[in-house]
Amino acid sequence: MRAMRDYIKSLFLLELMKGFGVTGRYLFKKKFTVQYPEEKAPVSPRFRGLHAQRRYPNGEERCIACKLCEAVCPALAITIEAEPREDGSRRTTRYDIDLFKCIYCGYCQESCPVDAIVETRVYEYHFENREDSIMTKDNLLAIGDKYEAQIAADIAAQAKYR
Amino acid sequence: MDALIGLWEWLGENLIIVQILIKIVVIVAPLMLCVAYFTYAERKIIGYMQTRIGPNRVGPKGWLQPIADAVKLMFKEIILPTAANKTLFLIAPLLTLGPALAAWAVFPFQEGLVLADVNAGLLYIMALTSVGVYGVIIAGWASNSKYAFLGAMRSAAQIVSYEIAMGFALVGVLVAAGSLNLGDIVRAQQGEGGLFNWFWLPLLPLFLIYFISGVAETNRAPFDVAEGESEIVAGFHVEYSGMPFAVFFLGEYANMILISALTALMFLGGWLSPFPASWVDGVPLLGDGMHWLFLKTLIFGFFFLWLRATFPRYRYDQIMRLGWKVFIPITIVWILVIGLAVIYQMPWWFD
Repeated sequence: MRAMRDYIKSLFLLELMKGFGVTGRYLFKKKFTVQYPEEKAPVSPRFRGLHAQRRYPNGEERCIACKLCEAVCPALAITIEAEPREDGSRRTTRYDIDLFKCIYCGYCQESCPVDAIVETRVYEYHFENREDSIMTKDNLLAIGDKYEAQIAADIAAQAKYR
Repeated sequence: MDALIGLWEWLGENLIIVQILIKIVVIVAPLMLCVAYFTYAERKIIGYMQTRIGPNRVGPKGWLQPIADAVKLMFKEIILPTAANKTLFLIAPLLTLGPALAAWAVFPFQEGLVLADVNAGLLYIMALTSVGVYGVIIAGWASNSKYAFLGAMRSAAQIVSYEIAMGFALVGVLVAAGSLNLGDIVRAQQGEGGLFNWFWLPLLPLFLIYFISGVAETNRAPFDVAEGESEIVAGFHVEYSGMPFAVFFLGEYANMILISALTALMFLGGWLSPFPASWVDGVPLLGDGMHWLFLKTLIFGFFFLWLRATFPRYRYDQIMRLGWKVFIPITIVWILVIGLAVIYQMPWWFD
């Protein structure tokens, strides 16, 4: 009996008709496409995009050259050199991130004790020369200054989960 | 206007070749445009079925996309593999496109509107659709590449297998119509019943088998093992680029349109109106005409795309099983049924 039913099912292509039904229904469904340059998909505050270095509100850079980020970086993308500044505080003289090596894991941000290095939600950037992929300390601080409001809001939104 | 008609008649008498050439251009130019927009329709419809919206950037709503594609392909470099047989390599795409266009010569678009009213039209069509496979085989062989060769082998076996089922389905049609002339086949479907007089009803199994074999013949999903994007890259045309590749593409889509149009012609009454003539007497557009043929072809074209959006690729042995163990026996049995129906003049269709 079962074999008979299966035979009739396959001879009259019943399962295939069901398949047609599914695609036929989807033809009229609402489309999910986001028209990218005009429309943008929402971005999470946890988004790990372009890196930035932050400053305290008084303008002092946050980074204390503890090199935890350099140590934790799985792709060895961060290079730090440090020296005491004239006032005796420990600061970096060089802080480079090679964005070609970076895998955007966010460990640097996690490890930072003073929230100095962060990954912003900026994902639209490009390089026109190969050497531009290495973000220097000045670049990072400039990005931080530019997006500080957004970065602070994102960190505040995530603070209770940390 | 009179001068133009006069010129046309003068051409018919003195320079018949020019007249025929003009007729060919009048058929082929719109056909090529249809092919271009068929590719656009495919991307749009399959996109919609996958809840995407498809191309919409070039021109309003993406309407110029096929033109942009054509221009891009024309300016691309034609790469000839060093190991390839150059002559055959370049002839192969023409061999797939040529028959797909030449088959339209005997295709009746409307009562009396046909380039060559050949009495053996059906045979001519069958012969030409079979020639298409040589393009694929030659392309696979001339490329001198293992993927291309594998694709060509698969395609050859598949097309040959499905040719038989397709041929038998057409035998059913010609038994029912009693003629090999495509115009006569359509006229045999005329009658008081409107769309119930067409051959799709008495030849229902042959109708389905013809269309499915047509999908297999054109190497379209779900029978696209010859191309098999996910297994053998692009099959027989991996080595092709630029314009030769575009010609293969045109050939494939021209073949799809041809199969759709032939199915409409042989099973859905070609240019006949689905309404009985007595109902729509004098009503514009509802009577017989080319627009019905166009509409029917469009429906089958849509089915080609719907199939591709719906089904995964058949396994090779499944294709062979379907062709040899399912389609051929069913067609043979149904030819017998149709033969008996014609001999005993079954009412409605064959009286």
